[in-house]
Amino acid sequence: MMIPAKRKAVVEHALCVACGCCVKVCPLSAISVYHGHYAQVDPTRCVGCGKCMKECPASVIHVEEVAQ
Amino acid sequence: MKKKHWYDYLWIVSAAYLILGFFNILFAWLGLLCFFIPLILSVVTGQKSYCNRYCGRGQLFSLLGGRFGLSRRHDIPKWMKSKGFRYGFLVFFFVMFFLMLWNTYLVFAGAQSLSQVVTLLWTFRLPWQWAYHGTLFSPGVAQFAFGFYSVMLTSTVLGLVTMVLFKPRSWCVYCPMGTMTQLICKAKHHTDS
Repeated sequence: MMIPAKRKAVVEHALCVACGCCVKVCPLSAISVYHGHYAQVDPTRCVGCGKCMKECPASVIHVEEVAQ
Repeated sequence: MKKKHWYDYLWIVSAAYLILGFFNILFAWLGLLCFFIPLILSVVTGQKSYCNRYCGRGQLFSLLGGRFGLSRRHDIPKWMKSKGFRYGFLVFFFVMFFLMLWNTYLVFAGAQSLSQVVTLLWTFRLPWQWAYHGTLFSPGVAQFAFGFYSVMLTSTVLGLVTMVLFKPRSWCVYCPMGTMTQLICKAKHHTDS
């Protein structure tokens, strides 16, 4: 049986400014700022709603199909 | 809806700071808090907790650009989020800041008289004498206030412009304090691990 791919937020770590805007809007607390470096998505919690993508001032978050 | 915390209202402090500068320029000194708190937090905790939680300016931009809809919500241009621009802007900001400190020193030393102007965007000298009612200390104290308020007003205006053009908190992308605290966090994490 094929397992369907799920949509998850993916952060371009190299260009993330770690401002934390995404953390504030995430309804599931699935995103956090890793040691002041970049935002990190917890794939077990993320449902790919895209709120963080809309909020990100640097536009470095995208929602992508991620294989399970 | 997430629970609101006391620090979610710090935008009021940021707005009050800008308004107070129109009445008495000496309030500009309070702005040093926005310089020292983020630096201390990043050095001590190795996190950008100031940006993430306490930055009133960021909250003000997200309120104006978000809830009040004063933002086109377009993507910021690629070059503005590049490391080159961010570090370049940090260096430029530092140079201008030290020039401001030098001018303050000259007034303290008596080599220059107090100039009651706020310099917007490092170019436009706005007369601001209405907000100066004398100082108990050296005129240098007031000169620093004028200079520091210039820095704060300039960065707010830049932030408002990019808020309108791009996403509400576009300022965060090239904010010199944000770039600096991120560098501190990276250095700290690098040495700790």
